Amino acid sequence: MISSPNSLRWACLTSAMVLVVGLGSCGSQTTTSSSPDASGSPATETTAKPAGGADISISGAGASFPAPLYQTWFSEYNKKFPNVKISYQSVGSGAGVKQFLAKTVDFGATDAPLKDEDRAKYPKELGVPVQIPMTGGAVVFAYNLEGAEGLKLSRESYCGIVDGSIKTWNDAKIAKDNSGVKLPADPITFIHRSDGSGTTFIFTTHIKAACPNWKAGSGKSVEWPTGVGAKGNEGVTAQVQQTKGSIGYTELSYAKENGLKMATLQNKAGTFIAPSTEASAKAFAGVELPKDFALSVPDPEAKDAYPINGLTWLLLYGQYPDQAKADAMKAFVKWALSDEGEKFAADLGYLPLPKEITTRVLAELDTIKVAAAK
Amino acid sequence: MVPSTNDSQSMNWHRSEASRWLDKGFIGVTGFFGIAVALVLLAIALRVSIDAFPAIQKFGLGFITTSRWNPVENLYGAWPQVYGTIVTSFIALLIAVPIGVGVALFLSEDFLSPRIQRPIVFLVELLAAIPSVVFGLWGIFVLIPLLTPIGKWFHETLGWIPLFNTVPVGPGIYVAGLVLSIMILPIIAAISRDALVAVPLELRQAAYGLGATRWETIFQVILPAAFSGIVGGVMLALGRAMGETMAVTMVIGNANVASPSILAQGSTVSSLLANQFAEASGLQISSLMYAALILFGLTLIVNILAELLVRSVRLKL
Repeated sequence: MISSPNSLRWACLTSAMVLVVGLGSCGSQTTTSSSPDASGSPATETTAKPAGGADISISGAGASFPAPLYQTWFSEYNKKFPNVKISYQSVGSGAGVKQFLAKTVDFGATDAPLKDEDRAKYPKELGVPVQIPMTGGAVVFAYNLEGAEGLKLSRESYCGIVDGSIKTWNDAKIAKDNSGVKLPADPITFIHRSDGSGTTFIFTTHIKAACPNWKAGSGKSVEWPTGVGAKGNEGVTAQVQQTKGSIGYTELSYAKENGLKMATLQNKAGTFIAPSTEASAKAFAGVELPKDFALSVPDPEAKDAYPINGLTWLLLYGQYPDQAKADAMKAFVKWALSDEGEKFAADLGYLPLPKEITTRVLAELDTIKVAAAK
Repeated sequence: MVPSTNDSQSMNWHRSEASRWLDKGFIGVTGFFGIAVALVLLAIALRVSIDAFPAIQKFGLGFITTSRWNPVENLYGAWPQVYGTIVTSFIALLIAVPIGVGVALFLSEDFLSPRIQRPIVFLVELLAAIPSVVFGLWGIFVLIPLLTPIGKWFHETLGWIPLFNTVPVGPGIYVAGLVLSIMILPIIAAISRDALVAVPLELRQAAYGLGATRWETIFQVILPAAFSGIVGGVMLALGRAMGETMAVTMVIGNANVASPSILAQGSTVSSLLANQFAEASGLQISSLMYAALILFGLTLIVNILAELLVRSVRLKL
């Protein structure tokens, strides 16, 4: 007979053993999963098979701003071609670029074009990175001010709000353009993103170009001279809804979805333009496209263009290890930029790319090669 | 062990062999886990230090005293974050320690019948299981609208004190402190209660026997006897307050300033990490690592101070 204290000891020991074995197996798992990186090819979930109907799964990661559109695209595309499964993790542009350079994904996505230092880290055996714009969006000033519908902000006004020199809503600079609106003497609370984000990049790029007194530069996160920081688009939205007399910046699609009031802004030509995908698309019409597609229009010249816009890019490898994956990737991009795909963009508040850009993008796609079989 | 019959003599010998092997194995395995935990901590500290090295080299100790966080020009200093971490944790402890120890006293004495007492103890401990993001959302949608008018009143009547000299606009250091105090309350209450219950009954009876009132017994006998346990609970709570990320990020306002006013916005080391890590690169990452290392250091200092406090109290007893 085994007495009870002894059996307790057995139980403890066996559970401890199980733990040890469990830890051991965890360790070995991580080593096996990291080994494909060393071998020098992008993560391949399926082995090379001919394209004829075999299942193809593609994984990507990156920017969160276009994520709602990408998810819609991928699921619609999967309905059309059930053998192609594309997964996307919206981990942020920076993380997307990092994973793309580390070859742990099949494609990356970013709101800020690749920098030279990123290109230097690109794996040489995979040719040249292909950076193509997929869509873009407007960044709007969303505000919470009772009784003030259709607030108009001149360049002087919004520059002053952002740099903290305009402190109350009834400031003469704001009042000048809003004769019909009753502006209170309440303080203005400016709300900005506290986390690094592509939205901030687009917003500060414009502010830097449009405001002579702006000193903080532009980037995914900057040193804000004033205001309250909130995390994520949803954080800014919540803060604007919560705080009377607040104004913050978010993506147009976000403000639309949450029913926030959006300010009408004055563009470079001096016209006041209400935010919309059409007015945003006009910013990119007729602008010369650089060779790497890193097009940024910080302050559009067009008379009827909305002033704050940015593009977002997909990052593809110049060479894919298997034919099926390369073909599937190309086919998807062609579909997404066709009229059928762009319909989803407009529905969600993203701007459909002008034709002159999409033709260039489709030509660039053909440069993607398949690595010679080893 | 209960030896049943005399013919089990040989079996007993066999079992004792097996049981000796068991004992050795058990010591080995538990020892391994004990050392593994320490090694993991050391490995984390080492890794963070290595990654922080470029920032340490560039900014040196000035990192702690400067208050710039400029990813555009790659200039970093974490004074506002270090300050924010200390101030929010201090506010949290200031509120949570008296309440937590009070709750623990109330629930360890025989004021209530066990039938009511047990559910209350359970409910207090349940508070610790609420995810921090829920506390954050509650902070944004319930606490901030509730606190802003109170903050405004403080600003209007006591605005001449630097502590209240900014206009509250919603999120702020005081909101973060309050949310933290609620988050750490169950830790303090539960651990303090365990420490109080563990005080030997003889001590209490001896105090009563000497003619002490309940008041005197609690404050001169029971609390000092349970002191090291209570401090242990407070330290655990402080650790959580300093390391809390999500809830604080949601209610503190994330401004890069070290304002003397608790109504102003601020940030903590943890909230800085939560905000910036995902999109950071290069020197910004190593500066974030440096900030994390400082948080490590702060926690260590606080723990050493607590240990010294416990020792000095024990010497007096």
